[in-house]
Amino acid sequence: MLRVLDGLRFRRAFSPLHRLDPRSKFLMACTFFALAIIFIGILPLTLIFLVQIPLVLVARVHREWLRSLRGGAFLAVLIFATNFAVGCFSAGWVVTWDVVLYSTSMAIRFLALIASFSIFFLTTSPDDLGLALEQARIPYDFCFAFTTAIRFVPVLAGEAQTIVDAQRSRGLELERGNFLKRVRNYVPVLIPLIVGAIRRSMEMAEAMEARAYGARERRTNLNVLKLRGADYAVILASVSVLVCAIYARYFLAPPVL
Amino acid sequence: MIEAEGVYFSYPTGVEALRGVSLVINSGEFIAIMGENGAGKTTLVKHFNGLLKPSRGRVRVDGVETNKVSVAKLSKKVGLVFQNPDHQLFCETVEKEIAFGLRNFGFPEDMIAKRTDWALNLLGLVEYREVSPFMLSGGERKRVALASVLAWDPDMVILDEPTIGQDQGQKERLRQFIIQLNAQGKTVVIVTHDVEFVADCHPRVILMSQGRIIADGSARNVLDNLNVLDKASIVPPQVTQILLELADLGLPRDVIDLYEAGEAIADLLRRNR
Repeated sequence: MLRVLDGLRFRRAFSPLHRLDPRSKFLMACTFFALAIIFIGILPLTLIFLVQIPLVLVARVHREWLRSLRGGAFLAVLIFATNFAVGCFSAGWVVTWDVVLYSTSMAIRFLALIASFSIFFLTTSPDDLGLALEQARIPYDFCFAFTTAIRFVPVLAGEAQTIVDAQRSRGLELERGNFLKRVRNYVPVLIPLIVGAIRRSMEMAEAMEARAYGARERRTNLNVLKLRGADYAVILASVSVLVCAIYARYFLAPPVL
Repeated sequence: MIEAEGVYFSYPTGVEALRGVSLVINSGEFIAIMGENGAGKTTLVKHFNGLLKPSRGRVRVDGVETNKVSVAKLSKKVGLVFQNPDHQLFCETVEKEIAFGLRNFGFPEDMIAKRTDWALNLLGLVEYREVSPFMLSGGERKRVALASVLAWDPDMVILDEPTIGQDQGQKERLRQFIIQLNAQGKTVVIVTHDVEFVADCHPRVILMSQGRIIADGSARNVLDNLNVLDKASIVPPQVTQILLELADLGLPRDVIDLYEAGEAIADLLRRNR
């Protein structure tokens, strides 16, 4: 479970992709997202997936990226199976080539979606993300809550592991019993985790107030995000690809797409 | 008896926490494992009840290899008390908290009641029987955590950082308590940074640094060995430091506790009179 989150965890590094402004990178991720939604055919979806691989290589995050894909693979298989079952059912329990193609393309679509957002999160620091939100004039309290939430995911995951260890040392067997019993086995893990998270947020609020959080209405930042040449290029490329794609899909409308 | 043979362990993140640890802990021993932050102390004791399995090498508890049996089965023999009680307390009352382990191990009801009473008495928690563990102070919560493990009477007790957040009075009570447990024949292992506490207890000391054992011997032999202590980022007890400074006056170099230091100084004064 936690492996999937690992694929979204940012590590500081230098690459052309890391240096891009989060806003232009977000636009790029959204473009991939939109492309994957617009197209249905197996060919364009595979293409959308494949063109992201050079980006991953440039950013040198291929290991983490593959890990998040592996995490998503299970869901992709589930999507394939569901589509396949429903497709066969509505065709009157016959396996047709169309159904196989359609189910495969749906699974690929899902992977393409994961791939694009994984690239975004792997190459964008939570700080930059918060800064981008701030400069989009979103109230600072929300930006702060957002970046804090992201930052505390690994902390919480580590704490969950310690709690599991502590309770197993008291004879708790998580994998034991039927389904309901197994769900109930997690109570001794969840209660300390939630109590700890609440206590930490209280303490953090106090520590923040002690350091004059919210003393000034208008905050200033040491670093200000600025779009550079590469960013304009990415924005231009994203918008034109999107426009072309929409044109190709809805106005040219070749039958296979 | 716990035997570790060339134990290596790496976390999934790639950090190599143990690099070839070998040791034997005999039944009835009292051991303190010390070392700098990140030396691998907690990682090592998590191998003793099977929470972690060695990447290389092996750990045996009473002759049984830990990757052949469940954590629950090992925990019944090896009670591990974690550093932070907040990582395990979750019940509505102290009584239920203590009974939790007993229930998991499948003790019969009358036995659970008996052992819970026994553990409440042992750690002076009787008055808190019906109180929520979340309402207690830090020191009291630590005692509840300890009671909740001692309740099933494991042969070996491992305490991770038992003195953290305890005042002097509570530390002294804890010391008495540990010595009493050990005198009753239990194997006791404590993981700690608290050099004064260790000096007062006189256990066998195992010093760790960067995933290896760098010294293993009596408290007296390890705690006045400045070379190895420095490697493990530990300073000797204050009395040892003073007596080392004054060694040229004829004071001994291997004194670690106050009582002995007093004797040695009195001796010296008498001789010089």
